Order: sequence, then structure tokens, then C-alpha cells
Amino acid sequence: MSRARADEEEYWHSSKFRAFTFDDEDDELSQLKESKQAVNSLRDIVDDDDDDLERVSWSGEPVGSISWSIKETSSSSASSLEGRDSSLQKGSSSYAAFPKQVSSYSLSSLFKGEIPNIQCGQMALSDTGVKNYAPELRRPKAEYKDYSNDWSPKDTVRRMQRGKVCSLERFRSLQDKLVLLDEAVAGHDGNVITAVLIFLKRTLRREILFRELEVRQVALCHLIHFLKETGEQKLLLDLLRPCFFSLSLQLSQYREHLNIQDVEKRREFLKGCIGLPFSAEDTSHIQDHYTLLERQIIIETNDRHLETSGQSEIFRKYPRKASILNMPLVTTLFYSCFYHYTEAEGTFSSPTNLKKTFKIPDKQYVLTALAARAKLRAWDDVDALFTTKSWLGYTKKKAPIGFHRVVEILQRNNAPVQVLQEYVRLVEDVETRLSLATKYKCHDVVIETYKDLKDRIQLTAYKCKVERGSAEEEKINSILNNMVRN
Amino acid sequence: MAAHLSSGRVNLTALREAGRRELREFLDKCAGSKAIVWDEYLTGPFGLIAQYSLLKEHEVEKMFTLKPGRLPQADVKNIIFFVRPKLELMDIITDNVLREDRGRSPQRDFHILFVPRRSLLCEQWLKEQGVLGSFIHREQYSLDLIPFDGDLLSMESESAFKECYLESDQTSLYHAAKGLMTLQALYGTIPQIFGKGECARHVANMMIRMKREFPGSQNSIFPVFDTLLLLDRNVDLLTPLATQLTYEGLIDEIYGIQNTYVKLPPEKFAPKKQGEGGKDLPTEPKKLQLNSAEELYAEIRDKNFNAVGSVLSKKAKIISAAFEERHHAKTVGEIKQFVSQLPHMQAARSSLANHTSIAELIKDITTSEDFFDNLTVEQEFMSGIDTDKVNNYIEDCIAQKHPLIKILRLVCLQSVCNSGLKQKVLDHYKREILQTYGYEHILTLNNLEKAGLLKPQTGGRNNYPTIRKTLRLWMDDVNEQNPNDISYVYSGYAPLSVRLAQLLARPGWRSIEEVLKMLPGPHFEERQQLPTGLQKKRQHGENRVTLVFFLGGVTYAEIAALRFLSQMEDGGTEYVIATTKLINGTSWMKSLMEKLEPAPF
Repeated sequence: MSRARADEEEYWHSSKFRAFTFDDEDDELSQLKESKQAVNSLRDIVDDDDDDLERVSWSGEPVGSISWSIKETSSSSASSLEGRDSSLQKGSSSYAAFPKQVSSYSLSSLFKGEIPNIQCGQMALSDTGVKNYAPELRRPKAEYKDYSNDWSPKDTVRRMQRGKVCSLERFRSLQDKLVLLDEAVAGHDGNVITAVLIFLKRTLRREILFRELEVRQVALCHLIHFLKETGEQKLLLDLLRPCFFSLSLQLSQYREHLNIQDVEKRREFLKGCIGLPFSAEDTSHIQDHYTLLERQIIIETNDRHLETSGQSEIFRKYPRKASILNMPLVTTLFYSCFYHYTEAEGTFSSPTNLKKTFKIPDKQYVLTALAARAKLRAWDDVDALFTTKSWLGYTKKKAPIGFHRVVEILQRNNAPVQVLQEYVRLVEDVETRLSLATKYKCHDVVIETYKDLKDRIQLTAYKCKVERGSAEEEKINSILNNMVRN
Repeated sequence: MAAHLSSGRVNLTALREAGRRELREFLDKCAGSKAIVWDEYLTGPFGLIAQYSLLKEHEVEKMFTLKPGRLPQADVKNIIFFVRPKLELMDIITDNVLREDRGRSPQRDFHILFVPRRSLLCEQWLKEQGVLGSFIHREQYSLDLIPFDGDLLSMESESAFKECYLESDQTSLYHAAKGLMTLQALYGTIPQIFGKGECARHVANMMIRMKREFPGSQNSIFPVFDTLLLLDRNVDLLTPLATQLTYEGLIDEIYGIQNTYVKLPPEKFAPKKQGEGGKDLPTEPKKLQLNSAEELYAEIRDKNFNAVGSVLSKKAKIISAAFEERHHAKTVGEIKQFVSQLPHMQAARSSLANHTSIAELIKDITTSEDFFDNLTVEQEFMSGIDTDKVNNYIEDCIAQKHPLIKILRLVCLQSVCNSGLKQKVLDHYKREILQTYGYEHILTLNNLEKAGLLKPQTGGRNNYPTIRKTLRLWMDDVNEQNPNDISYVYSGYAPLSVRLAQLLARPGWRSIEEVLKMLPGPHFEERQQLPTGLQKKRQHGENRVTLVFFLGGVTYAEIAALRFLSQMEDGGTEYVIATTKLINGTSWMKSLMEKLEPAPF
């Protein structure tokens, strides 16, 4: 908790938003406790045979469920299953009562109108005549026999939707094929659309197919999806080459880089992507991606050498956990702040070079550098990060991220109180400063702040938080005395 | 066994029964002993239709999970593959079949059951691999709408939203329409259809076409549903992005509910018997089924989490008191009566124990500082505060490398609540995300833009405030304990989708024409003629039944809000909910993200 409890509550009450905490904290806690107690006390009373009661195996699969049975039947021999089953049946009467299958109708029988009069809840299926209520739902039977050669495109599509086999070969003219495709698209059934596309792909010249798909975006998407799934990369790239297609298709080519394991090849591929007609914004991201990987390859080669040769102290002291290849930019920056902080801007691995090349905003840079240097406990570097010199030669402390964030990060890296205190002092907002100082026991800062606020009461109260006879206590006493005299 | 399905206004057991019957019919076609090889994804949904016992009655002796390599030894006559029509699965099946020992005797017969339907593409694929001829039966099992609870149906089609909005593949809509036809075959023609959105329009068109193309399909069942409301998920992109605050919603947000089951960390469920403390601590996650068959769960699932504690404590008192009764039982009759109630009481106690533990687990998270900060930002956005500039909390989260999905949810929420972000703000977020999480996520960002979740503001107009005010999406005085408005499910935000359903019932959409025009896609009304004699004469005080179909997914909080409306005394409408998939912000985002690991083969 970085925000003091009182603080939080105050924030809540002053805000128009409801806290998602229980209305009455204590009451609620006690309520949960209460029900827990009750539950626990009841354990003693009743014979605790949960397995029987819940009918679930410990992993939670209900006994008899399909996933449970897969485990059972595939792992154990049939005989042990048998034994288990019968014991279960004995164990619990309600379990034994697997409902006997009394149902007398199914979807298909329903459509054939075979059901007599079944009451189910409010639904009464009347027995008005033996006719096909919804024949389109009937399961295809003997469908291979009624084979005809003169189905219209519409009928063909409808038959295919019902899972029947249709010959498409008789659609010979381009005109016919396109009508067929349009019918399929109008049916919204991807299964059929794809089947027709496969037929067109086989029987049409590529240029013609592409040209026609250009004005049929839905069909086009299906073909692209199909090619992706079947791994026909070559045709896919051919499709993508002409630049009349939308942006997402360029991206789908960019996406290919993920399938390339070899870094050098991946880099080459990315280089090729830069030339694709992306939007200006995307082009710059992809350019950055390429530059980053290029950079990482250089750094990786260099550092692996440094590490194995054992020449560099930092690598000996903090061996690398993983390679830097394919890591995000911020991670790379952290890495370079960790291992290459002092390098001159000219080298590829120096943080300042990364910052410049990728136009990393100040805020992000400072955050990352701070985290890296704090991890190494290089407090001087931390100090330098926030020191600016004015043209008159004065030094000034400035943090683009706000000093309360600096304190948080330092604290997370176990900075000693002396270091922490210096930055707590720089937190501008008095409230935040006080709460941080109290939380991290930066006594001097607390005392000074109360002194500036001329808050006798708080100062007196704070006395019990510092050690008896310590310098801090003395300081408080002297301030209090001075305040009286004023 | 399926009592929870018949508890609602519409008896969904009938749908389940129909599904079971069809399954039995198929199994009986393959005479003799059988082994089923399962596409693992299907076991969950199938579990809601049938149990192993049903399969066993039809001579299913073994069941395996589909994986490459040789099929396990099993002395059965038939091997049946239960699979989704996916090419990568066809490759595995091919491998299985090719490795089958041809010399073994007796030979085993192969069959395929495609779920939800046969695919020409897959069969062609098998043909090219030269194994299509090995299969004796190739059939389909149309598992379109699966009953999850007495008022809830789902197609569990994970990628429906992505397919519809990113890939222009409307196959899932075709299945939705088929599912609705099945439903009408069982429960009567639905006389009124309302809809909002492109996909809704498509589904309604397909339904009407399917009906027209099969004359003689005149249905003579008295209609159970009065109205069908089809809603596109992209009409309301906002709701799934916000954190759900109902009990069930939070369980799903935190642990993820799959096919009514949830897996929980086992520590809190360790049996605490005296004298055996500490030993055999379970390490496997505890798995629980969550549905209305459990009385206590049915009572608390839809409550705001802040109201759950008090119910649990009240229940605890009642159960304690009930067990105390045993001291007062003196006569044999009284003791007998007590004993006869014991099983019920034990069940109640065990259910209370489970939910107390779950509530504790959730509370640890909802009281954490990060949950609180995240929620504060969400609520600021939804109430329209500072949506047009870069948000500090989001920046901080990126700097601290919080999970990318969390960042994306927040950024998209901000974008939706501002009718798109200013170009400068959008570029800033994009840059930060790509630099911190990796440039390859440009693919995901592009997907989100295509889906309309993340976009630059066009024309400099922000419609959200108008929509928010007209539909009363933000309520300042929300009562979490005894709610009087649906906004309790998000502690202030009333889900837009459910508001649309509520306003449709009363006073009708005519009152909100202007706002409907601001939301994407057409809105429409269709009527399906009923033969005379089937037209309903409503009894006085009888509620209407509306089926709300969410195309592209629905959250548990939205379901809770609709159940709340069903229970309103003067509501006049009861709701049954259907969807392509039960989702939450995280699972939804995941389905839209590019899979970045390279394919395994």
C-alpha cells in the first residue's frame, strides 16, 4: 500500500465515485468470518463425507462427466473402472439415478412429425398431422443418390449448405462461376464460400480470379483466410502484391516475420517490409522494429563475447538471464542502462544512442534508467539523473516523472533510508510528502515538514514514532521549544 | 440431473433432450463396441448435453483425447472422432489413421462426427491426404445452441466476434440462424423480431429466408417466445471492457468460468479436520460447477459483490439454527424428521462453505489497491471525465509493464467513452505500447482498430455524452444491496445493451430514435405470421417472454441485469438469453489479439 489508509478514505468520501469496498468494512469482515465459523463448527456435527455429497472427484470433475471419463478410461484398465463405477453407485443413491433415457423425440424425429403429444413445461407439441415441420433441419439421408446435373447456382449453394455433395464442374463460363460465388456469399456460410473459392481457384486464371475478388471483399477475405490456413504462402503473397488491397493485408505480410526463427533472416524480412505501402505512422513503427532488431543483433554478438571471455566485471557479477534478441524496446533500453550505462553516445549499445535513435521520451528514459541504476545500487548515477545545471552554474533537482514516482521505484529496489529521504524531501505536494515520509520512516523529512507547517500537535504526536533518546527525538524537542518561544 | 434447465420460464430440457437423442442415434449407427477420440475443446460443451453414462449405454467403452501418433490399444470395433471442422485437427486424424496397424485383427472401423457440421474443406483435405475412404460414417452433429442454465443458451463459438468483424466471415451467424430455427421448431415461431446492428440484420434475413425457402415448414406449435431481440456486440463495445462487479461476473473476471465450471486455487478448500492439519494439502485446483441447480448460488450469483457477504452470513445463521434443532428432537418421529432433512442440510452447508471460500478469495482482490485504482479510472471514463487526454494511471501501468490485456481494456474503454481518441492521444498510447511490449503488437492494435474498439475521433464529435444521458448509462445513486436499477451490476454503469432491451419493452424504441442512429448498424422490426389459432391471447398479468440474442458475446453482468429485469414486479417481461459465446473483457481481448507464438508445426 503506497497510499495511506486515511488518505484513501478521504479520497473516497470526497469523490463522487463509490469505493468498491464493503460498505462497512468491519461488519463485512465479521460477516464472512461468521459464515466461515458456522461452516467450520458444523463440520463437527455432521458426518463429513463430502465426496458422497458432491459427487465430484477432487479435481472437481463431476464423477461421470465426459472429461472425467476420458481420464478414467484412458488411464486405467477397464476392470478398475468397473470397480470404481459400482462403488460409486453404491455410495450415493442420487448418483446411481442416472436418468433413464425416457425421451421419446429428437430434433430429426420432430421434423418428421413423429411425435405424439408431448407435454414439456409450457410447450405442447400438438400432433396436427404427419408433415414436415422444418425439413431444412432434417438430417440428410441417402443424399448421394438424388444426384442431378441441372441445379441452378442457388440450388447448388443451398444443397451444399445442407452438406450434400454437388458437382461444380458444370459451371463453365466465368459468368456462371461468378453467379455461383455471389450466391454462396449471400448465404453467409463460410464452408460453402470456401468450397466455391477452391473451385474457382482451380479453374480460373489467377489474374482473373484476383480481378473479380477485388470487387468481392467478403470472398476475398475467405480466400486469404483459406490460404493462410493451408499455408499457401506463395499465392497469398501474390495476392498481396498488387497494392489495391487494404492496410491489414500489408500487415498480414509483416506478420510472417513471426514465423521466421533465424534472426538474420528475420531482420532481412523486416527490411523488406519497410517498403510496403503502410500508413506513415505504421511505417515508422516497422522501420523502428527493423532498426531495433539490427541493433540487438550487434549488441548480442558483442556481449555474448564479453560474457564468455570473462573480461567484463559487470557480466561476471550479473550474468545475463536471457538473450536480448527480439525483446521490446524498453527492455532493451533497460538492458543497455544496466550493462552499458557509461558508454559514449557513439556506440550502438549506449543508452543515449538508443534514446536518440528511437526518440524515446524523457519520461520513459528516466524511468527506465532509474530502475536499472537503482537495481545496481548506483546511487550516484541516480543522483546525476535528476541534477540539472542552470547557465549560471547553479544545480537544481528536476524529475520529469515526479519525485513521488522516483521514491516508489527506489523503495522497490530497497534503497537505504538516507537515499530515499533525499528524494522524499523533493516531493512537492506536502500531503504526499508527509505520507511517503511516514511510510518509509524518513523521520527528518517528517519533522521538517511539520516544522514548516507549524503543526505542534502532529509534531508532538510523532515523537512516539521515533526512538527514545535518538537524535530525532532531540530535534523534535528543540523545535517544540523554539515554537513556544516564538 | 438437469433440473436447473427446467426451472425457468421456458423449459430448456426439451432442447437438451433433442440433442441427446440425436447423439444416441448416431452412436447406434456404428454397431458394436466403440472408442471415442475427442477434440478436447468439445468435451466441455458436450458435458452440458450428456454424461458418460449415456455414451456407455451405447457401447462406448473407451475415450481418448485427440493427439498425434498412434491410437491407443483398445479392443473395440469402432473408433469415432468427435471433432470441430478444423484443418489442423484433420492433420492429427490423418496421422492417427495412417499409423493404424493394418495387420491387426479384427480391424477397427473409423468414423467422424463433425461438430457443429461437416465441412467440405475438411473432407477435401482428408481426401488429399488419402484417408477419406477410411471413414465409414462421416456425419455432423449440429450443436448450435447449448443450454447452460434455465434461461441461458450459448453456442460457445470462441471466435465468432473476430470472424464477423475482422475476417468478414459470417459463418457463425449462419449457425446462429440455424440454432434459432431449431429453437423455433421446438418452441414455436417467434412472432416479433427486433434487431440492432449489421449482424442482427443478417441473422434476421437468414431466418426469414430459411423459412420462406421451405414452404410447408409451417409450425403448429403454440409460441413460447413473444419476441426475439437480436443485438450486435459492436452496438455496445463498452460493456465488456468494464470490470463486472456481480458475484458471478467477478468469479469469471478473476478465475474464468468454462462451460459452467470454474477452477479455483485449492488452498482455501483444504478439508480442515482436527488432528490432521497440514497433511495432504491438495495441489490440484478445485473445480466447481456453477449453475442454478445450487440454491445458494442461484440466490447470490447476480448480486453486486458488496451484497454477497450479508447473504452468506444470514444463511450461516439459518443453517446453524437448523442443525441446532437436533437438540430439540425428542420423540422418534422428530428425530426421524431431522434425519430425513440431513442430506439437504449437508448440501446447504457444503455449498455455503464453498461460497464463503470463494468470496474470501475474491475479496482479497477487490480490496487490493490496484483493483481500486483500475476501477476508479474505469468509472471516470464511463461517467465522462477526462476521456480526451492521456491518462496518468494508464501511463503508469505501461511503465510498470502491467499485463498488456489490462492496458488494452483501459485504452479501448477510454476510446469508446470518447467516441474515439484524439489523434495525438491515440498515437501516444500506441507508441508507448509498442515500445514497451514489442512492435509486433502493431498487429493486435490494428485488429482493435478494425473492430472499432480503438480509433481516432472523426469529425471531432463525441457522441458518448448524448448516448450516456439519453440512455441513463451512468447513475450516481446506485444501491448495491437492494438495487432498483440495472446499474448495480457495474456499481454505477448501466450496460448499454441491456438498456436497449429494457427500453424496447417499455416504452419502445421510438422514444430513442436519435440515439439509435448514433449507434452502429441498422435497427429494424420484422413480424412472422402465425396461423390463426396460434395467436396468443394474453392472460391478464401474464408476462411476455423475450429472447435476447447477443451476437458476438455476452458478459455475466449483462445476464445478471436481464435477470434483474425479469424479476421486477411490474416489469412485464421475462428474458431468456442466447449468445455466440459467454465472454469477459479479458477473454474477449484475447480472442482479438494476434497469436504471437509461431505455429507449432
